[in-house]
Amino acid sequence: MTREEIIREENLVYKKPELLNDVPMHYCPGCSHGVVHKLISEVIAEMGLQEKSIGISPVGCAVFAYKYIDIDWQEAAHGRAPALATAVKRLLPDRLVFTYQGDGDLACIGTGETIHALNRGENITIIFINNAIYGMTGGQMAPTTLLGMKTVTCPYGRDPKLHGYPLKMTEIAATLEGTCYVTRQSVQNVASILKAKRAIRKAFEYSMQGKGSNLVEIVSTCNTNWKMTPEKANQWMEENMFPYYQLGDLKDNGNK
Amino acid sequence: MAENEITLMKGNEAIAHAAIRCGCDGYFGYPITPQSEVLETLAEQKPWETTGMVVVQAESEVSSINMVYGGACTGKRVMTSSSSPGVSLMQEGISYLAGAELPALVVNVQRGGPGLGTIQPSQADYFQTVKGGGHGDYRLITLAPASVQEMADFVDLAFELAFRYRNPAMILSDGAIGQMMEKVVLPPFKPRRTEEQIAKECPWATIGRKGGRKPNIITSLELRSEEMEINNLRIQAKYREIEKKEIRFEEYKTDDAEYLIVAFGSAARIAKKVIAIAREQGIKVGLLRPITLWPFPSAKIAELGQRMKGILTLEINAGQMVEDVRLAVECKVPVQYFGRLGGIIPEPEEVVEVLKKMVK
Repeated sequence: MTREEIIREENLVYKKPELLNDVPMHYCPGCSHGVVHKLISEVIAEMGLQEKSIGISPVGCAVFAYKYIDIDWQEAAHGRAPALATAVKRLLPDRLVFTYQGDGDLACIGTGETIHALNRGENITIIFINNAIYGMTGGQMAPTTLLGMKTVTCPYGRDPKLHGYPLKMTEIAATLEGTCYVTRQSVQNVASILKAKRAIRKAFEYSMQGKGSNLVEIVSTCNTNWKMTPEKANQWMEENMFPYYQLGDLKDNGNK
Repeated sequence: MAENEITLMKGNEAIAHAAIRCGCDGYFGYPITPQSEVLETLAEQKPWETTGMVVVQAESEVSSINMVYGGACTGKRVMTSSSSPGVSLMQEGISYLAGAELPALVVNVQRGGPGLGTIQPSQADYFQTVKGGGHGDYRLITLAPASVQEMADFVDLAFELAFRYRNPAMILSDGAIGQMMEKVVLPPFKPRRTEEQIAKECPWATIGRKGGRKPNIITSLELRSEEMEINNLRIQAKYREIEKKEIRFEEYKTDDAEYLIVAFGSAARIAKKVIAIAREQGIKVGLLRPITLWPFPSAKIAELGQRMKGILTLEINAGQMVEDVRLAVECKVPVQYFGRLGGIIPEPEEVVEVLKKMVK
């Protein structure tokens, strides 16, 4: 078979999403960010929204998300992405407006902005990457760090007496009247990736239909700061993260 | 209200009406005394039903300024207003606006500090406004209104300057101007810009990359120091241009003056009364009122300083602008400061006494 024959539509089993820029990513090998970027790129293209999408990137590992997905981007101050998204969606109501935030950005410094944007029912989607650690700054304790989990700022393990408890922001979001769709997903294997993609698509559709705010949490790995191989990190996530951060839809009011 | 009709209103109300009339697309704010009438007037006027202007009561000043940041990224005319403690909370966002070179308007109706301070008028945020406030090397185009009329007029002017230079602008007012009622003629209605106009005038705006154009990315981040220095030099060159072209001031009775008062905003109103009393007593005194606090009218003050026996800065703070006046005249003329603190407004008579001592 020649290359041309192989890339014919009927033979094609995989291709790089057209909206994923052809540049090297700064993410560590094994990190979940790349997969989620790919899913967002695919969903925007499939919905035909590449000319109508505005992404808001956070402070944290995903600060450079704007380099990788071929749409308009704004880079927010730490934790403030939902405030930016609120203004953009109010001023441009027919656009797809989404934020992409990590656990430190969304569930710690930006808790206020996150809860209030969701509770106002802004017609936006928040993609929430929860890997239970601060990645960019080198592995410090996050609001979602599990009890007993070791980080450079809780080197003897997270102790509730010293550090309090891991925060379940997605459960909180589900209780807010303004939210339409709240779900927790993961991307560690093909089945979960396909599910996560459907969740992102649903959230984007509800956003465009003006049904309220949407939160898609992706329970993720940070093999570098967890100090594990990518494979071991996935296994550790399944064994330790999933029992505390249970997967599935927490709320879906889209068809109500 | 008909065009050119004279109405009576508070300075804060004038800000709100002027915003609706000058094609403002979005206001994002949080209540704080003594400026809450801005948001209240907008809520009462419901501009979203007439001009389409968006009005959002945010959960904090931190959120307000970041809503302004997001809105400014779309090339829209967006603004917020607050008072001193709230503006302190906004400093990070203002630095980001300056770093990303975004046009936006922030109104500060100052109250006395430090801390929670008082709700009475003050000019103690002069340093915060003209010397930085937030982190990094940046400047805010700063307009200081001295009347309700100027509150109304400076909204459009601030937006024009902000967009001309892609830089945030500040209206630095105070609780006296915000709360007092005066006659005002509101500016004529100007339509909000269409999306096509914005795409043309602000090719950098993040409004979706229509027509397959390259993506627009708005960020103040640049990790490579060589590139970041280039960004800083570009911004500094812009500031030098603003300093050349945008200095505004009012001169009052300086022709025969032997003494000069330098005062802005509310203090300049008091200074005019001081001048009336002092001139009756034979003291030839004039006023230089900086309208732009940055860029500061240093050259004008230096020029006037050459023929003055002394300069008095009148400020409702502990003496902040006096430093810039001394720098302007390079200490060739004696420069004194007088002011009151804690929300107390200086009485003209007590300022006249200070002048008399200067003359002796």
